[in-house]
Amino acid sequence: MKIREIVELLEADVLCGADRLESEVHSACGSDMMSDVLAFVKDQAVLLTGLVNAQVVRTAEMMDMRCIVFVRGKMPPPDVIELADDSGLVLLSCRERMYVACGRLYTHGLTGGGVVGE
Amino acid sequence: MTLHYDIDGENFQTAGEASANVKKVLRQLGISTDIIRRVAIAMYEGEINMVIHANGGVADVAITPDRIEMTLEDSGNGIPDIALAMQEGYSTAPENVHELGFGAGMGLPNMKKYTDEMKIESTVGVGTKVFMAVNLK
Ligand SMILES: Nc1ncnc2c1ncn2[C@@H]1O[C@H](COP(=O)(O)OP(=O)(O)OP(=O)(O)O)[C@@H](O)[C@H]1O
Ligand SMILES: [Mg+2]
Repeated sequence: MKIREIVELLEADVLCGADRLESEVHSACGSDMMSDVLAFVKDQAVLLTGLVNAQVVRTAEMMDMRCIVFVRGKMPPPDVIELADDSGLVLLSCRERMYVACGRLYTHGLTGGGVVGE
Repeated sequence: MTLHYDIDGENFQTAGEASANVKKVLRQLGISTDIIRRVAIAMYEGEINMVIHANGGVADVAITPDRIEMTLEDSGNGIPDIALAMQEGYSTAPENVHELGFGAGMGLPNMKKYTDEMKIESTVGVGTKVFMAVNLK
């Protein structure tokens, strides 16, 4: 799936990385606990979360993810957007709640991905 | 090559900067992405722990042809029972830390999982030293 399709499926606002929407992503995960995200190195490229602090961006960066989707209309502060932009991440914000946002992407083919190195 | 970082315990916002820098240096050295990711995650968990549980500290990274070694040292309250702290799900993090996305009790288990060697020395009231190594071959 291209990041552009995520934007369309979730009617999301693009907060940064508008020039990177053609990137292909193959799996995603959703969590508000960063160490849970860090516990499973799959090839996830998208993180859905309700948190908007700098550590969400850092976590995605450590995991080599490409895109963060903030659910429930959450908006990160400008310095967090800037940090993400510098790391080459795409930031999206959508109105849906976590369960619905994940479900919609999943039914359109963006799954959890296989576990590598477990 | 050695790298040294002071980890600011007052600033949750800048936590992770050291790990991000290590990641950048390893990329410039042409280390494989799999190894870089393991080092970055382990170091990041350790860095966050120092900020959340120990009011900051220092991190030293040594890169040799054989392996990458990370030493994180703080003067925090220490860990009374290391075996208990190593268990998945064990956390003493207060509610306000949960709201920041931490306190799942997965950090130390993650550090163990992603490294080839890990040692913790801790004395209550004195501080904690965490040593981790990831082999390059
Ligand atoms: N540097 C440290 N100084 C003092 N106590 C620590 C330190 N690192 C870890 N601990 C203790 O060990 C516990 C377990 O640490 P661990 O990193 O596994 O979980 P956590 O930090 O509580 O949550 P998570 O890492 O999932 O966000 C902590 O809750 C804390 O009590
Ligand atoms: Mg931790």
